[in-house]
Amino acid sequence: MGHYLTLAVKTIFIENILLAYFLGMCSFLACSKQIKTSTGLALATTFIAGVTCPLNWVLREYVLRKGSLAWAGLPNLDLNYLSFIVFIATIAALTQITEMVVDRYSPALYAAVGIFLPLIAVNCAVLGATFFMDQRDYTFKESLVYGVSAGAGWGLAIITLSALRKKLWYSNPPDPLKGLGMAMVTTGFMAMAFMAFAGISF
Amino acid sequence: MAIFGKKEQQIVMDGIWNKNPIAYLVMGICSALAVTVKVETALLMAIGTSFVLSFACMVISFLRNYIPSNVRIIIQLTVIASLVIIVDQVMKAYAYEISKQMSVFVGLIITNTLVMGRTEGYAMNNPPWPSFLDGLGNAIGYSGMILTVAGMREIFGSGTFLGFQVIPQAFYQAGYINNSMLLLAPGAFFLLAAIVALQRSISGYKEEQQ
Repeated sequence: MGHYLTLAVKTIFIENILLAYFLGMCSFLACSKQIKTSTGLALATTFIAGVTCPLNWVLREYVLRKGSLAWAGLPNLDLNYLSFIVFIATIAALTQITEMVVDRYSPALYAAVGIFLPLIAVNCAVLGATFFMDQRDYTFKESLVYGVSAGAGWGLAIITLSALRKKLWYSNPPDPLKGLGMAMVTTGFMAMAFMAFAGISF
Repeated sequence: MAIFGKKEQQIVMDGIWNKNPIAYLVMGICSALAVTVKVETALLMAIGTSFVLSFACMVISFLRNYIPSNVRIIIQLTVIASLVIIVDQVMKAYAYEISKQMSVFVGLIITNTLVMGRTEGYAMNNPPWPSFLDGLGNAIGYSGMILTVAGMREIFGSGTFLGFQVIPQAFYQAGYINNSMLLLAPGAFFLLAAIVALQRSISGYKEEQQ
């Protein structure tokens, strides 16, 4: 249990997928103008990352890896070069299915987070979590924990930024810095603050 | 119709400067920050992204009349992912060491919003040749931006350029210290903010206050 907790803390705070690896910057900057929007997006991302990461693990282990198709009479087949296309297809398909299911069974939830689901298909943070899972050879349980906490870490960052941007609304920076520039400077300071977590170890 | 007339030049210039993808459209920032610790990786990333971007635009544009609109995102992603696989395999074959350093970021060209944004926003409604030029222009604008960021980070962060020492030893003896913050995440954010502000103050673009 301790191992998984360490992995979660490490992923959310120390190696925050946004502030340390810069993944998911685009929707991070574009959708952080209101706290409500960013909360919806954060929840949806956590869910999708938490589901796609283990799902892609299963695909990697039982379809793509060399020798994993031995049961079908193809022991020498190595489909690893297809991993990009398989991973992104899983994510795109899953977001599409989730959107339809949520729309059908829970209109209230759909109104809150549904509109963000298509955005998540192209969120680097979700695909990035899968790639890191692939690269670091996580086990199934680890990939589940990693997926959820990568999404949660991203969510934490975007909610924090939208709260800070609300305060920045009252400031009056020079014209070229308005909007994107100020958001980026704020993110820089947040990244600096998060670096303080690097000292934590279990 | 001229192959490279006034209109075509305008399309390319829009991408390079007037509507620079990073400064104006706020797109493709992930990789602009992640691979720019060294010029070497940034250069490879720029080449990879340019290839994917221009050809994805062209392919999507050829297919634009056959793609049903409700599954277009998935089709675009498939085309982009296939091109990225080509880039990844070529890089692994000819520049293995650098591609190791870039780890997951080559694969993440797939979700680079710049590529999706151009295929969705331009290539879906325009013929192949202008789409290719639009992709190319944006790719050049993007490459210029990440190479600038990478150059500054490498020169001021570690005192080298493409691996060669550029800041003379005498400077260090006189008490000059490399600014190692530029190599870390916060430095990248500050630097990109400064560059975007500079580009915007010259090109005169203003963001609307909500």
